[in-house]
Amino acid sequence: MKKLAVFLFATLLGATTAQAAEYKIDTKGAHAFIQFRIKHLGYSWLYGRFDDFKGSFSYDESAPEKSSVNVNIDVTSLDSNHAERDKHLRGEDFLYTEKFPTATFESTGFEPQGDGKAKLTGELTLRGVTKPVTIDVTNIGGGEDPWGGYRQGFTGTTEFALKDFGIDYDLGPASQTVEMILDVEGIRI
Amino acid sequence: MAARNNKTQYGWMAIALHWLMAPAILGLFALGWWMRQLSYYDPWYRQGPELHKGIGILLLGLLLFRLLWKFLNPSPAAESGTPRWQAVAARLTHGLLYLLLLAIMTSGYLISTADGRTIDVFGWFSVPATIQGLPNQEDVAGQVHEILAWSLMALVALHALAALKHHFIDRDATLRKMLGMGARRIAAHTDHPSQDTLTTTK
Repeated sequence: MKKLAVFLFATLLGATTAQAAEYKIDTKGAHAFIQFRIKHLGYSWLYGRFDDFKGSFSYDESAPEKSSVNVNIDVTSLDSNHAERDKHLRGEDFLYTEKFPTATFESTGFEPQGDGKAKLTGELTLRGVTKPVTIDVTNIGGGEDPWGGYRQGFTGTTEFALKDFGIDYDLGPASQTVEMILDVEGIRI
Repeated sequence: MAARNNKTQYGWMAIALHWLMAPAILGLFALGWWMRQLSYYDPWYRQGPELHKGIGILLLGLLLFRLLWKFLNPSPAAESGTPRWQAVAARLTHGLLYLLLLAIMTSGYLISTADGRTIDVFGWFSVPATIQGLPNQEDVAGQVHEILAWSLMALVALHALAALKHHFIDRDATLRKMLGMGARRIAAHTDHPSQDTLTTTK
């Protein structure tokens, strides 16, 4: 009922004000990827990803600064293509998923830099620690899809120290930080 | 000594299997506990698990042979004078030890093969994956592996204490039988020469 009221109110306003469209991240069709990479011994990049997450964002092409994002990640869905390593990464030495099964990202700001690029700031909660992070975002594209929907897609990267989120396990001097590579496509709702 | 068991004594095969597996099991537990605390740059960080998995697979082979052997041989009866509940408890413990070993080795196998990888046994041969891709298989199997390993150690302690109790308190031949020393009473008490008499029923 409340949702309906909000919807009706928004529809009434919609005629006069710019609409920040709501998008649901297309995890159902798997057009969204949350990946990380970290250096192995300083000799190569190791990639992994989180398979289960959900989220939404609002984005208005005419007023991108009003954009916001919310993502909820099931950390236990980590996959680095090696079961023994995944087990270690889910364990207490790293993500401690038994105690902290979810990670969240809630945006606090969106600063367009022109050319479809932007700085997305927000609070990342990982392993029970909440810290501000800044994600460099690029709008890849958006528009109608062939099946009657409307989509908007972004790519983003950010980097943080493992220590910032309470991970003390020593992987060597070249592996103190991890990069997140985030690709999301949203379907307008 | 015969290879096969009879109604009163273990044959050398059962004795050899017991004493080959006992240190391997204790060693695997210690190795498993130790290797998980190694730092990433420790030379044993990779060798420890390789050794643990290789020995574990060989031990599984031994266990399967041992169970077959047990099935094909009579089990020596409990020493006379052993209360019935103790004889039953002993048999139950033995059965549980075998069961735990099987479950621990299976769960260990399921950790390392969860993604379809094989387990390499010292470059000698490799064991293929079978069950794979269960939800969080490596984590669930890992937890089971750890809990059961500790349970096994508790049961091993009970098993060893019971054997020592038979040897030093009851002074019967329970432990001596597994040492291949025959059903003779302990010949250590020179001040009680009457206890040194043979009690074998040959």
